[in-house]
Amino acid sequence: MKTVNRPCPKKDAEALTTGVPAYTEDLIPPGSLCIKLLRSPHAHAKILSVDKRAALAVPGVVCVLTHADLPAARCTYAGQCAPESSPLDRYILEDRVRYVGDPVAIVAAETEQAAALAVRRLRVEYEVLPAVLDYEKALDAPVVIHPEADYCNRVAIGGDPRRNLLCSHSAAYGDVEEALARCDVVLEDTFHTQAAAHAMMETFRSFSYYDYQGRLTIVTSTQVPFHIRRIAAEALGLPPSKVRVIKPRVGGGFGAKQSIVSELLTAAVTFATGRPAYLIFTRRESFTASNSRHEMRLQVKVGATKDGIIRAIELYALANGGAYGEQSYPTSLLVGHKTIPLYAHAAFRHRADFVYTNTLPGGACRGFGATQGCFAVETMVNRIADAIGMDPAVLRLRNIPHPGDTMPAYFGDVLLSSGLDRCIQTGKERFNWDQRRFRREVAPGKVRAAGMAITMQGSGVPMKDVCCATLTLNDTGFYSLQIGATDIGTGCDTILAQMAAEVLSCRLDQITVDGVDTAHSPYDKGSYASSTTYVTGQAVLRAARQLREQLLDEAARRLEIPRCRAELNEQGVCDRENPEKALSLSALSGQLVLRPDCHYLTATAEHCCTYSAPPFMAGFAEVEVDLFTGAVTVTDFLGVVDCGTVINPALAATQAQGGILQGIGMALYEEVSRSSSGALRENSFLQYKIPARPDAPPIHVAFEPDWEPTGPFGAKSIGEVVINTPCPAIAEAVRQATGVSCSSLPITAEAVWRGIQRLSKE
Amino acid sequence: MKLSLYVNGTLCHSEIAPGTTLLEFLRGKGLMGAKAGCDTGSCGLCTVWVDEVPILSCTYPAARAQGKHVTTIEGMRQQAALLGRYLAENGSEQCGYCSPGLIMTVLALEKEHPAATDAEISAYLAGNLCRCSGYAGQLAGIRAYLNRGKGALE
Ligand code: FES
Ligand code: FES
Repeated sequence: MKTVNRPCPKKDAEALTTGVPAYTEDLIPPGSLCIKLLRSPHAHAKILSVDKRAALAVPGVVCVLTHADLPAARCTYAGQCAPESSPLDRYILEDRVRYVGDPVAIVAAETEQAAALAVRRLRVEYEVLPAVLDYEKALDAPVVIHPEADYCNRVAIGGDPRRNLLCSHSAAYGDVEEALARCDVVLEDTFHTQAAAHAMMETFRSFSYYDYQGRLTIVTSTQVPFHIRRIAAEALGLPPSKVRVIKPRVGGGFGAKQSIVSELLTAAVTFATGRPAYLIFTRRESFTASNSRHEMRLQVKVGATKDGIIRAIELYALANGGAYGEQSYPTSLLVGHKTIPLYAHAAFRHRADFVYTNTLPGGACRGFGATQGCFAVETMVNRIADAIGMDPAVLRLRNIPHPGDTMPAYFGDVLLSSGLDRCIQTGKERFNWDQRRFRREVAPGKVRAAGMAITMQGSGVPMKDVCCATLTLNDTGFYSLQIGATDIGTGCDTILAQMAAEVLSCRLDQITVDGVDTAHSPYDKGSYASSTTYVTGQAVLRAARQLREQLLDEAARRLEIPRCRAELNEQGVCDRENPEKALSLSALSGQLVLRPDCHYLTATAEHCCTYSAPPFMAGFAEVEVDLFTGAVTVTDFLGVVDCGTVINPALAATQAQGGILQGIGMALYEEVSRSSSGALRENSFLQYKIPARPDAPPIHVAFEPDWEPTGPFGAKSIGEVVINTPCPAIAEAVRQATGVSCSSLPITAEAVWRGIQRLSKE
Repeated sequence: MKLSLYVNGTLCHSEIAPGTTLLEFLRGKGLMGAKAGCDTGSCGLCTVWVDEVPILSCTYPAARAQGKHVTTIEGMRQQAALLGRYLAENGSEQCGYCSPGLIMTVLALEKEHPAATDAEISAYLAGNLCRCSGYAGQLAGIRAYLNRGKGALE
């Protein structure tokens, strides 16, 4: 292959490294109104009245909107294919606020100062309601968070808002009791994972205006432009043709931008005033008033026979959905369905309840439930290996599914490709696992040891996700690729162009890529669920093949050679047997549009996956623990990934390294806590510690690709699978080093120190 | 209040509101390279130079730049593009939102410590956060950039 499987630099690299205006904030039209929000200081309250007079009197203030000024249409902010499995439980603004940070009023003014001053001048009378802050106590609590009559589920998800039950999922296979009875070791524990923040560098933001056709145009840093078009039209009561969404370059998303966050608030101002307006979330707002990873308590019971075969897995997850139910249901599925299938001989029971509370809503977050489930299940499997005295890597090799196996815990799908066995073996060798996994003292009071874990994810949402691509040979001899998939930094514009270039036998710079403007781009459900390479890629591949056929037909006819002799290359089409006889791309494309026998060559193709091919990874972590302070440092991490054919090894390696470091952050640094009134304490980078450069260990990545028959060029996804293993691998390394079992994230120095103290007293 | 300073070598006279940060001032001038990523001076996305020294423009009052020379990534286009190529070749140019701030800091590092070790690079760039890349590819790119022209063996 000439272009695929090559580390081509990203097409937008030069623009982004030279600071060319390309992101939402860079493009705000002059004269736009600045929007600021008044947010609730209460976790749960009814708004009795809002006195706008003093705010409106501030010079430069143009409008103040409250729930009374906006349409009352229940919607969900979740960017998912319709019918959404997230409940319709929101208004843009409502007379009830459900968490500290929920917006109460929207202020738009000519200047930022005026907007900020006006927000301070708003007088709100609240009836403060009792709040449910603890998700362990939410179910059947006397306080009902969503009592509204127009609450609605478009898809049955097992919820009951009167009980604060957002959704509930259960699945089972085999006879768990009987399997447990046959086990030599059965271990059980409860785990806790925090409501980690995505912390992408570009906070939520959007601006909106009416274009010359009278379309309410929303320019936004999003992963899901087409879902926003649909949901915004519904929420604002506009015809869908009157809403347009544009996605410029995006400064990271990690799932956060799979929800609507700022968009409707911005659009409401343009809708009310007719004027362009922008809203940029502060970092504090980004932390406290958007969405986070779902916090979970996971109870796991794992049984194994002494030959290392896992026979039974029981997994119950109780998760905090927060104030609104975005993406809770799909998250509930992934907790078990992307962790249990790794153990091919296990009977299982998986249950998950997601509850409403008066806290920041959960939402889509890289790994999507699999990360939480992986921490719990993989940690238990590591303990099982220890209990039967087996190398945990060897134990994995005895349990993992192989191509051709039916995976009961993966919706009964048959596994089509897997390099997981090679990932584990290669990892073992490259990491020097057999030596490094055991505890050793490296300096007085400093010990090192290593841990490992395996994981899988999916590639796209089967039977739901549809992605399209349009490829055109332009009149002047270059190709354009139009996509609705959203490059949010992942490099999908480049990766998809690489696939097209491979089929069209051309150079990458002969293809321009444009996305996304819903007025011009073909439909794509957006970039989430690790789908872009696998699902949109397949659409690009089909479109490219169609275009290639058309091109060869036309060229052969014009060259008067048999079709089978026509050969496409980067110059154009030539006669295979007489290469002198050729038609350049520009000559051909000119003829195709300039003559009466014109034929504009363009192909649009779509793809909906029927199977979500799982990528796999084995992660190996070495830690050093300071026995005096409990401080844990990761000294080395190796991830070996099977993402199928690696379309762009440089971009894939960086995705992997970035995901692994996010996982390390979640494992060690990223604490989340709330005040007694329910306010999130970690609301800036001073408190919420994402890994900085000196914190980052050497992170090595290797690939063990297996050809995936359902993926373009044999590819699967990589975006999410890479975040899952650090938490359990690090927890295991800490346990090997100190004997302390950590079941709560993050693994703080304090927790480890306390564990060491406890053990030394025993 | 009145402000006169040099922006990328050109003398500018402006009227600014008291309290305007240098970042706001520069972006208001259409120089969109420097970004804002936080409210607390923690992320480094807004890094520009004042009299050749990298500073956080989000916390630097524009008024303090009176008479000084401010350099932004737009004024360093060629060097930025060159370093950017090294970053991109390592695939470490992901969302790119951190790139202008990172690049301005690396270009300052190059002047101060052209022979910096990996640990010194990481320490110098500790204030430049990146959530996408995991830093490893960026380090490889920066390393290769600093070593350029020093022979293939290095
Ligand atoms: S914007 Fe974060 S340090 Fe300046
Ligand atoms: S590349 Fe996205 S923050 Fe650095």
